[in-house]
Amino acid sequence: MTTLDDSNKEKIRSVSVDLNNDASLLIDIPDALCERDKVKFTVHTKTTLSSFQKPEFSVPRQHEDFIWLHDTLVETEDYAGLIIPPAPPKPDFEGPREKMHKLGEGEATMTKEEYTKMKQELEAEYLAVFKKTVQVHEIFLQRLSSHPILNKDRNFQIFLEYDQDLSVRRKNAKEMFGGFFKNMVKSADEVLISGVKEVDDFFEQEKTFLLDYYSKIKDSTAKAEKMTRSHKNIADDYIRISSLMYQQKITRILIYTHIVVTMSFVSLQKVEGRVASDQELKLTELLRYYMRDIQAAKDLLYRRARALADYENSNKALDKARLKSKDIPQAEEHQQQCLQKFDKLSESGKKELTSFKGRRVVAFRKNLIEMAELEIKHAKVRSSIQLYYICFIMCTNELQYAWGICKILCEQI
Amino acid sequence: MIVFSLEAHVELSADECGSSAHKDPSSSGPRPTSSFTQSPAARQPTSLEQLEEEEAKDSFDVDVSVTSPEKIGDGMNAYVAYKVSTRTSLNMFRSKTFFVRRRFSDFLGLYEKLSVKQSLHGCIVPPPPEKSVVGMTKVKVGMDDPSSVEFVERRRAALERYLQRVVSHPSLLQDPDVREFLEREDLPRAVNTQALSGAGFLKMINKASDAVNKMTIKMNESDTWFEDKFQEVENEEQQLRKLHAVVDSLVNHRKELCMNTAVFAKSMAMLGNSEDNTALSRALSQLAEVEDKMEQLHQEQAASDFFIFAELLADYIRMLGAVRGCFDQRMRAWQRWQEAQSTLQKKREAEAKLLWANKPDKLQQAKEEITEWEARVTQYERDFDRIGMTVRKEVLRFEKEKAKDFKSQIIKYLESMLQSEQRWFPEWLGYWALGIGKGKPCCVTTSDNSAHIVFQDT
Repeated sequence: MTTLDDSNKEKIRSVSVDLNNDASLLIDIPDALCERDKVKFTVHTKTTLSSFQKPEFSVPRQHEDFIWLHDTLVETEDYAGLIIPPAPPKPDFEGPREKMHKLGEGEATMTKEEYTKMKQELEAEYLAVFKKTVQVHEIFLQRLSSHPILNKDRNFQIFLEYDQDLSVRRKNAKEMFGGFFKNMVKSADEVLISGVKEVDDFFEQEKTFLLDYYSKIKDSTAKAEKMTRSHKNIADDYIRISSLMYQQKITRILIYTHIVVTMSFVSLQKVEGRVASDQELKLTELLRYYMRDIQAAKDLLYRRARALADYENSNKALDKARLKSKDIPQAEEHQQQCLQKFDKLSESGKKELTSFKGRRVVAFRKNLIEMAELEIKHAKVRSSIQLYYICFIMCTNELQYAWGICKILCEQI
Repeated sequence: MIVFSLEAHVELSADECGSSAHKDPSSSGPRPTSSFTQSPAARQPTSLEQLEEEEAKDSFDVDVSVTSPEKIGDGMNAYVAYKVSTRTSLNMFRSKTFFVRRRFSDFLGLYEKLSVKQSLHGCIVPPPPEKSVVGMTKVKVGMDDPSSVEFVERRRAALERYLQRVVSHPSLLQDPDVREFLEREDLPRAVNTQALSGAGFLKMINKASDAVNKMTIKMNESDTWFEDKFQEVENEEQQLRKLHAVVDSLVNHRKELCMNTAVFAKSMAMLGNSEDNTALSRALSQLAEVEDKMEQLHQEQAASDFFIFAELLADYIRMLGAVRGCFDQRMRAWQRWQEAQSTLQKKREAEAKLLWANKPDKLQQAKEEITEWEARVTQYERDFDRIGMTVRKEVLRFEKEKAKDFKSQIIKYLESMLQSEQRWFPEWLGYWALGIGKGKPCCVTTSDNSAHIVFQDT
């Protein structure tokens, strides 16, 4: 087993956030089409590399094509020592679709206004899910294009360039691998990784850290999602309150202040809704993404552990062969191969894991700061709007002024 | 220490309306208290205007509060005693400030006495808070867990509002039972308060309504005010019920948010502990602390949601029931009058028959009965008119109170939201500052478009 030679140490990359920096291969998803359940992404590539046929081109791709690409990369032996960027999750419109369905059922019990407002909110939610899925697919491709080894992969190139439907290739791939690797890994994973006797301190530490961190981050992700959902529920309640208050007879109760009050509830709702979606974007998405990334890192550890197990087995086989004085050269050859494979995995694994750590720290920091900035913006907007409303109720009874000022203030949100 | 001031930090109180017109240059004048009484005032000009003037002059100097709930006794016979304190400048009370101890059934007893007497006159008697077997059983077991604490607080606040409504009603304040309730040291235990649980109260109201609906003689109103107003009251009650349901949902969602935020904060803290990069670990732990503080703020907002907003709606749903009740009393009075008239008619017919049949002794009796019933008819007609006037006056007064109440409560609600958000802001600002490498912010002033922040040197 070799240790990482200092003179061989490459520059540790600490980038995950700022992808798509290398002008030789720039990828983005400028638009996407949503047809009922299926999303069609337009993958746009700009490149100066000669390995591609054209300098700029676009192809339509479906989610399944991304999965195909991810799986073929995972199955490729040569990449066993790399952290394969996690596959983008399937576009999930189930949430907003279910809500839309419930809204349709409850239409009779609501006023037209309430219904319209809730429908608008749902459409916005739908749009947010859509944007998120585009972003996540885009990041996957950009991670690949920024990786010095993966961006040269032949299948990656096919994915970007091939202007025909990929579904034929997808079917062939399924037949070849049958998802074998994936199915096997999940259950054996934890046991194998923890069971292996580790002599390298670096990997020992990484293993302990990643296993623990993964369970914690998975927990945090779930809890963050619940918290965000609560904010959304409150925003929905405010919609219903504001539309009920706007309605006819309630006006008699509040006389001329009702419009002002209604608007303040509308503003509350808008801000609650924004808090929910910003939280979603920054915090929850961040946690979700790194949870998947850490799983990918764990997969790397698994592959290395398996290689170590293979090496140990080959040692035992060699000893047995020497004892029996039979087939010694094959056993020696096999043992050498296993050793080489293991060393190669360890070397590249160390590099990958170190750069991964740097990436994670930078991404977290950036997103936490941005989240704090958004919260500050929200709080300030909320307080100033409400202060205006209250002062307004106190100081004047003129209805037409109330209406005008409220509209202006509402637009400021 | 963070000093945070928005440009116009005003001490807000609901009575200040109209005193300073910032935005509106043209004078808005004094608060138009009578602007919402429309045509009825025009139709009976003298009497109603006079009534309203009287209303404006009335300012009752009685302040009651319900405090210090105390559990007396143990086990299933335990109960909660509240301190009822009165502060007054009126001479009819024994002193200027005094207090007594009362239990929940005493409040119910007061209501029973008042409703029996006053509702016959068309008064809107404020209904007391509802009984709750579940709530009380928990309290009997132990008063320390949070749900019991909340239950007792909710009840205490409701009883206080109830008493305040009673003493601010000019006729009810004069009632000796009210005085006795506030003053007398040993109040005899109220019995038969079963009928006055929430369900019982509603049943009572609905029974009255049913009786009215079964009336065979249709009332012919010369003045549509009563019909219109009744319809309005019914619609309003429906609206409030809908609104209350949504606010209830808001309260529950806010409670969920509290729980989820607390749980998330813990999870973040654990993640921070796992993190091996020290700077990031600290950032995550601090995020956990900020979220913890958010949870406290959410708790306070949940309390506001409930105690200010939801309870206001619940109170007025009950009050509107009471208003419907007094309309029904008027109908009953009308019914009595009509029945007396028809009885009188029958007596007259009987007299005519007797005249024809020539039975002098029975005739005398008949004449006496007619006189008696004529007197009754007159009496009942007068009663009906009087009740009508009282109902009108009461409803006007109720609407005024309701408008004032709603306005002040909703302002209070928005204020409390505002206050908790003002505390939100410095938390996130502190977090952000640490993130970008500055020390704690020690002074923040904002104007319309910019914020000026002074950081402590790290």
